[in-house]
Amino acid sequence: MATQSQELEQLVKREYSAGFVTDLEADTVEPGLNEDVIRFISAKKEEPEWLLEWRLKAFEHWKTMKEPGWAHVHYPPIDYQAISYYSAPKSASDGPKSLDEVDPKLLETYEKLGIPLHEQEILAGVKQGIPNMPNVAVDAVFDSVSVATTFKDRLADAGVIFCSISEAVREHPELVKQYLGTVVPTSDNFYAALNSAVFTDGSFVFIPKGVRCPMELSTYFRINAQNTGQFERTLIVAEEGSHVSYLEGCTAPQRDENQLHAAVVELVALDDAQIKYSTVQNWYPGDEEGKGGIYNFVTKRGDCRGARSKICWTQVETGSAITWKYPSCVLQGDGSVGEFYSVALTNNLQQADTGTKMIHIGKNTRSTIISKGISAGRGEQAYRGLVKILPDADNARNYTQCDSLLIGDQCGAHTFPYTEVKNPSAHLEHEATTSKIGEDQLFYCRARGISEEDAVNMIVNGFCKEVFKELPMEFAVEAQKLLGVSLEGAVG
Amino acid sequence: MLNISNLHARVEEKEILKGIDLEVKPGEVHAIMGPNGSGKSTLANVLAGRDSFEVTDGTVEFEGDNLLDMEPEDRACEGIFLGFQYPVEIAGVSNMYLLKAAINARRKHLGHPEIDAMDFLALIKEKIQLVKMNEAMLYRGVNEGFSGGEKKRNEILQMLTLEPKLVILDETDSGLDIDALKTVSDGINALRSPERAIVLVTHYQRLLDHVVPDYVHVLAGGKIIKSGGSELAQELEKKGYGWLGPASPDSVVSPEAVKSQRAEQGV
Repeated sequence: MATQSQELEQLVKREYSAGFVTDLEADTVEPGLNEDVIRFISAKKEEPEWLLEWRLKAFEHWKTMKEPGWAHVHYPPIDYQAISYYSAPKSASDGPKSLDEVDPKLLETYEKLGIPLHEQEILAGVKQGIPNMPNVAVDAVFDSVSVATTFKDRLADAGVIFCSISEAVREHPELVKQYLGTVVPTSDNFYAALNSAVFTDGSFVFIPKGVRCPMELSTYFRINAQNTGQFERTLIVAEEGSHVSYLEGCTAPQRDENQLHAAVVELVALDDAQIKYSTVQNWYPGDEEGKGGIYNFVTKRGDCRGARSKICWTQVETGSAITWKYPSCVLQGDGSVGEFYSVALTNNLQQADTGTKMIHIGKNTRSTIISKGISAGRGEQAYRGLVKILPDADNARNYTQCDSLLIGDQCGAHTFPYTEVKNPSAHLEHEATTSKIGEDQLFYCRARGISEEDAVNMIVNGFCKEVFKELPMEFAVEAQKLLGVSLEGAVG
Repeated sequence: MLNISNLHARVEEKEILKGIDLEVKPGEVHAIMGPNGSGKSTLANVLAGRDSFEVTDGTVEFEGDNLLDMEPEDRACEGIFLGFQYPVEIAGVSNMYLLKAAINARRKHLGHPEIDAMDFLALIKEKIQLVKMNEAMLYRGVNEGFSGGEKKRNEILQMLTLEPKLVILDETDSGLDIDALKTVSDGINALRSPERAIVLVTHYQRLLDHVVPDYVHVLAGGKIIKSGGSELAQELEKKGYGWLGPASPDSVVSPEAVKSQRAEQGV
């Protein structure tokens, strides 16, 4: 059995293949956080006064807060004064008007990552010659500034606004002001407050009434400059009866120091609106000793503000040294629906404390939670979920399923399901399983001619199938790549 | 095809196989019988390459190659099939997918392209009728929630689909009702051919009523203590394993001897 687990260990030890650093001149502010830094960021982005005030208020609040310590993760204390809070690729400060003006090195980086940035190439999905090009609009975030946004025209025709949040602040201040911070208030938690004070960029999406967004929207995040925390801010608003599917995917270059990432994502769905938010996260997890990985402390929350609205979170988390993340749904509207589908993989010394919160406020609200945790190496993983049924939420329903898969015998999986039910008509179901890829399963596959590596992939993939099904096609491919497996489904 | 010589194997510190000699030629069906704990399943698993068993002495050749040097998946790709006594459940991986992966692994090994999806579907639909399984079971997780009998039928389905050269069935008949036994036997008989060899590991004689073996070997205490024709199985059924007394290597009869004996008898 000893050799068995060693072999398994080797299988899960794949080198991180996106580990390269692009050599760019960055316009970086000295490490440290104070009011001046916030004023600098705000000025740099030519923000209106109200936003600066908003940031400063968040900062004041942040100073009174304590870093949360309840998560099942361990790391040395973070010195927030040692982090640089602003870094922009210099060539972007002139504001490229088109892709031709984008630093070729940037484009090269994206090409290495396989991101189809060139508009023509993406459009070639329609054109002849390049098959299988996904119909995706990309808003590329390189360090802290959006450098290129594609498909603007086609989206504009549909009335959809898809741009960087800085641009939205300039071009659509009334929309930003109306919704920013209404789902995740500046004082919500330590990291959200920090983000509110210093966020540098992110995406903004607005889908007007009755519009079905004509394509999947996608942002690729990439942390590049060394020792720069990245504080993304994403805001998606879907008006009455509108639909949007948003994809977020990340890779990061290899480096030695831990990098902090504390994003905030806010979703607002009005009556009958639907938002599908999918994430494939592959940030650098650190080396085998856990050195150099990304700290991913993210606040993601969706507000089903309107009746019969629906928000669906799907995430595939394979990267980061530490993940602290609970994409949540606030089900305010009567008959609104929240869904959470998650695959999280921890390997080597990775730690993940992730899950969701479903807050049922409206009547006849429904939520579904499917969480699949895979632990390998010495990875530690916790599912932490809260299902809360408020007194007015008549006939609320929740179904929760948490499954853990262990590979090897040095990893851990933990489940912390919390429920608070204040209405007797609520109906909750919870299922949890823990399984292990057993020697007998592997031998069975091998006795059928399937190599051990393929067998592990096959079993892991089978384990995640329910979640992969929820991913948009374009992302399913990426998730597939990430877990190093071929998806089931060609037949059967 | 298969040549086992003086095979010794142990699990942890316990020696289970204590010198097995067996030759299996193409077209032959051998039955290995014996009381519980005699080493029957160990032999089957050692041949398939399970690494919880350690081979301490002896050789095994398969078509002239040293079988013991090969990884389990390579043995399978070379055409050895082990039908499991306790087929494992693999949740989430559909039966269909496992079968396709297995077929393609072997095709890749032999330098053939992957099987066409439509051809595969046609193949599967043909084979599943032979084992009287519901097609819906193809789309379920591998053996997930299958009854004992369904699991065994599934093993036979895999066997029929993979068309191995050497079939080793480890107590495939145990836990089957009469109808299932008949179906499984029909499946095995369908595969009998002059190029193919079958080794049936079984505790009971009843499977051998349906699949009549050319040779029967009695395994006891880690050794083959008696070999004979199919009539040996019937005799065992009547008299029980106790009839053969304690394991004694002197009672080993080589298949060659049986063959000449059978020739004399005009069988």
